[in-house]
Amino acid sequence: MRDRRRASRHALWAALVFLLATPPGAGAEMFSPESFTLANGLQVVVVENHRAPVVTHMVWVKAGSADESDGKTGIAHFLEHLMFRGTEAVPPGQFSEIVARLGGNENAFTTSDYTAYHESVAVEHLERMMQLDADRLQNLKLTDEIVLPERDVILEERRQRIDNDPGAQLGEMLNAALYLNAPYHNPVIGWEHEMAGLTAADARQFYDRWYSPANVVVIISGDVTAAEVRPLAEKYYAAIPSRGVPDRFRAEEPAQFAPRIVKLVSPRVQQPYWLRSYQAPSYRSAGSEHAYALEVLAQILGGDATSRFYRHLVVEQQVAAAANASYNGTRLGVTAFSVSGSPRPGGKLEAIESAIEKEIADLLDKGVTDEEVRRAISALQTDAIKSADSLTGPANIIGAGLATGSTIEDIEAWPDRIGAVTVEQVNAAAKAVFEIDRSATGWLLPKETS
Amino acid sequence: MRAMTTRLGGAWTRRLLAPAVLLLLLGGLAGPAAAAMDIERVVSPGGVEAWLVQDHSLPIVALSLAFRGGAALDPAAKSGLATMVSATIDEGAGPLDSAAFQRQLSDLGIDLRFDAGQDEFTGTLRSLTRDRDQAFELLRLALTEPRFDEEPVERIRNQLLAVLASDAEDPGKIAGDTLSATLFPDHPYGRDPMGTAETLGRITHADLQAFAKARFARDRLVLGVVGDITPAELGPALDRIFGGLPATSAAIDLPEAVPEGAGRVVVVERDVPQSVILLAQPGMKRDDPDFYAAALVMQTLGGGFGSRLTRELREKRGLAYSIGADLATYELVGLVTGSTATQNARAKESIDLIRQVWGEMAAAGPTEAELDDARDYIVGSYALRFTSSSRIANNLVALQLEDLGIDYIAKRSALFAAVTLDDAKRVAKRLLDPAKLAWVVVGKPDGVVSTP
Repeated sequence: MRDRRRASRHALWAALVFLLATPPGAGAEMFSPESFTLANGLQVVVVENHRAPVVTHMVWVKAGSADESDGKTGIAHFLEHLMFRGTEAVPPGQFSEIVARLGGNENAFTTSDYTAYHESVAVEHLERMMQLDADRLQNLKLTDEIVLPERDVILEERRQRIDNDPGAQLGEMLNAALYLNAPYHNPVIGWEHEMAGLTAADARQFYDRWYSPANVVVIISGDVTAAEVRPLAEKYYAAIPSRGVPDRFRAEEPAQFAPRIVKLVSPRVQQPYWLRSYQAPSYRSAGSEHAYALEVLAQILGGDATSRFYRHLVVEQQVAAAANASYNGTRLGVTAFSVSGSPRPGGKLEAIESAIEKEIADLLDKGVTDEEVRRAISALQTDAIKSADSLTGPANIIGAGLATGSTIEDIEAWPDRIGAVTVEQVNAAAKAVFEIDRSATGWLLPKETS
Repeated sequence: MRAMTTRLGGAWTRRLLAPAVLLLLLGGLAGPAAAAMDIERVVSPGGVEAWLVQDHSLPIVALSLAFRGGAALDPAAKSGLATMVSATIDEGAGPLDSAAFQRQLSDLGIDLRFDAGQDEFTGTLRSLTRDRDQAFELLRLALTEPRFDEEPVERIRNQLLAVLASDAEDPGKIAGDTLSATLFPDHPYGRDPMGTAETLGRITHADLQAFAKARFARDRLVLGVVGDITPAELGPALDRIFGGLPATSAAIDLPEAVPEGAGRVVVVERDVPQSVILLAQPGMKRDDPDFYAAALVMQTLGGGFGSRLTRELREKRGLAYSIGADLATYELVGLVTGSTATQNARAKESIDLIRQVWGEMAAAGPTEAELDDARDYIVGSYALRFTSSSRIANNLVALQLEDLGIDYIAKRSALFAAVTLDDAKRVAKRLLDPAKLAWVVVGKPDGVVSTP
């Protein structure tokens, strides 16, 4: 409990799956959020939770790395950092200090499809948070004096998370190989040479284009009601001038004629790892009718210690130390269904690959059983209930959904729609997704020392 | 089972929530929200005590437990024993073999996880109310009748070996292990609770059985329960779960740990673009009367945005993405630790700057304004630790492990309020000394070499 050093133990594995983005939009029925939209187009969502007199206040901007222009990779994430670096009213460094003095925690994160800012505070400080965030949504100050040291910070972030870690480097290469045309090809952090050239003007341009009130959702989760929030939202957020919102474009993948294989061999690797990602439909992209079934399929293949991969590869055949399957449907454009495994000490990656390929062949041949689908649905629905057991759980699920084109109705209906998935649908989804020419396979290998 | 993958969430955050090396510490603080929380002491008919926070707003119950005595008690030749037990007691117990046990957890959506720290063996359980009794039964079986069958034990051993191998060249892991060994060459705290490939290979079925018998005793047990359960329901359940454990166990007999390595710099060369830098010096234990002043000083020095280290290294100079320093309190030692990571070319600049900022804080302490800001944060943010069932339950356990008393939450604000500027200056001087820092650098740092 107190030894945080252990938190980093799974760094390599984590890095390899970082590209799979947010947890599945685990469901909602009990969130019962209330939503209203201001005249300038900004949407406000309130999720009541009265366990403690605290709130989480989140600002979700519907823009991420997939909305960047050519040559400017990393600007969405860089702007996220710069949003903490000051306005006329709140000088550089002050934002975090003000929140801290009020006993609040704040942070932010960027993904391919959205950027989110959040503060957790005692409920009496909610108004101040709304004032601060409304201010930085319209009055951000960007000068070289502020921008240049922060650019060094994101370069250090890249070194820390990618370049110091061969598993993360492989993940970046795999992602770039998987998507030939979709903007998810680029890493969220950016390519280093482009990050190094990002300027205040680039950040300003992205901010002006995407940080428009009609492109923002504010989510407040905690000890408040929509009736209490509405006048505050009118006071602070409604004052932001309305501007247009550009259409978000996600290029689609072309016909594909060959699977991709990337191998990273490094003296910094001792434990090999194998990962294959297949292009897959998200809840919003072409083929989205398969999305719910793919959630169920990922649970059947890799959900827990009773899943197919774990039972077959880890327990019975004893070829793998770990084996997983995962799917993230919460994306605007094409997404991925991934399968992965790592051998027991001394084992070979070839054995992992052939064992997983056999699982997929069996699945396509014989399909899933009625009992497997029932158990998977039950597990996913239980997870949905448990996701309400925090301030941030519901806010994150709703925010990620709304920022990727889902509606509150979609999110609320998630447990029911998962519950309606049939054996036939899972089998059809598997056939649609497991197409080798639409996949990329990554091998992480130690450099043999002889 | 040991989860082998962790999702990073796919998101890029502005900062890591905590540098991986910082040890989580500050026992607890009290804001208005937390103060309003009603903790009940529940004692079962059989004498098992738990702290309970009732919350019937969700159909969920969370239980956290700790047995005092953790990985530091592992025999040196079998280091990793506590970790291995934590990963195998849910792999079959009583009439249920591994598959049957995991199947029940899965079918009922019960979260059950055990962990071994240096000082405690911990566990967490979370279940929907509807399956509460079965969840309690599975916990009872794991603690009182673990099977340690050969197949799951070998499987888990291989998973732990795979984790060790995957971390073996991770600069952060190398740095952490090197720092522990530098500080405590002759104390169990110098070893990784995970053990090594060699020591894990020596652990037998009999070792695992003996551990469960010797360590899972009621005189070492601390419990926190949160959620949809009443005291009248909890009391008998405590007896059912824990009544079969022995009432008493052998006393824990370990020597105090005295950190070594003052002034040393250990460079571990690795071909990576960024140097990982860890530092530590002797600190103070949780029961030190100066603890509250020290916590405020450290918040000012290295507690994230607004702290001097973040301002000087990150905000002004762009030297680092993550930078921080904090108290690390263990049962047998107190430390002050810090960490950062910076490109090799600027490693020396970072080290020199940290040393300078450290020395300035030691010499003059925080300003009045800094002290007030630190206090406002530490007092005000306490309530944020009580926002999910599992977090509340973990906090209830931490309060008991630290012997802080059931009224601590109510008293906490006053304990921090009582710290004066003079106290903070005096304690900064007592606590911090750049000459006592031990440094570990992993990478190819320009201009930094190991001390002889």
